[in-house]
Amino acid sequence: MAGHKHPSYLKIYFILLVLFVVSVAGPEVAEIFGMEGVSRTILVLVTAFGIALWKAYLVCAYFMHLKFEKIYAPYILLACLSLLLVFFFGTATDAMFSNGHNWVKPYSEEAAAEEAKSRSHGGHDDHGDDHSGDHHEEGDHDGDAHHDGEDKDSH
Amino acid sequence: MAHEIIATGRSRTGIPTGRLAVWWVIGSEILIFGGLISCYLLNRFNHGPSWSVEAANTNTFIGACNTFWLLTSSLFVVFAHAASEKHDAKKTRIWIWLTILLGGFFMGFKTYEYTTEIQHGFTLFTSNFWSFYYTATGLHGFHVVCGMVIMGIIAENDIKHERNWHRVENIGLYWHFVDIIWIFLFPLMYIAK
Repeated sequence: MAGHKHPSYLKIYFILLVLFVVSVAGPEVAEIFGMEGVSRTILVLVTAFGIALWKAYLVCAYFMHLKFEKIYAPYILLACLSLLLVFFFGTATDAMFSNGHNWVKPYSEEAAAEEAKSRSHGGHDDHGDDHSGDHHEEGDHDGDAHHDGEDKDSH
Repeated sequence: MAHEIIATGRSRTGIPTGRLAVWWVIGSEILIFGGLISCYLLNRFNHGPSWSVEAANTNTFIGACNTFWLLTSSLFVVFAHAASEKHDAKKTRIWIWLTILLGGFFMGFKTYEYTTEIQHGFTLFTSNFWSFYYTATGLHGFHVVCGMVIMGIIAENDIKHERNWHRVENIGLYWHFVDIIWIFLFPLMYIAK
């Protein structure tokens, strides 16, 4: 695609970096200000996933030159994305419910959450890169649980 | 082994054949990764509480570093493409090898991350969340390694001998797509907790 004028790649890159910082900072801000419920969900959705879409657009349009490519290439990609949406919404009608005609999903979300908490060490972010020290002592009481049982999901 | 290229510009679309093929590869990859991400989202919507507890154990710092490596490598590969359009073999090879280096950083960080996760008892079989985590990031890592190998071959087999310049753009498209997949995996696995 030598026929078109290249955009300023560095400019696009710095925009991508700023968006990346915002996407990481958004959920942290929600955590710091103790946001809960709908406001937290909206902030995380917008900063993490809304910005991910924006970043993907910038990479597609300018780094992959999709903006300057013949129209067939976007058609190929949009056709595949459409098929994906058919798959998603086609399966979601069943997958999003816990029962239907002649079937019930034998699954307890509360039990699964408890099980997940029992093997959780409080998150990597809490103990950063230091995986060798205190967390082992803290995790010893449940360490056996996730090694022995390997926590079969009940669904 | 050198061979004569006979189908570089026969496409009815007006897009060179190699590049058109890469667009089709990317289309099929959209379905592969998109299917995986769709299943992840369906599970996440359905099992929010337990999955967010599991997601709290992923290492955001490592994920953020890996995002930075891939974004920067995307910049380097467009520089390689720009240099290849000027038929500047030296610069093209330098940018390609810098891209490969950042791909190596990505895989190094990923390896460290996998090691610590497994040491903490979070394996492929721990729960559905971790199955998705290892499958999605593992498949993505495999694509990163494939991209690095292909770029190495293009740099040493083609650009060094000043031929097949169009391949730089083709592998660049693939590499950007690998970057885009990570742009979506990062918030899904590391940020939404």
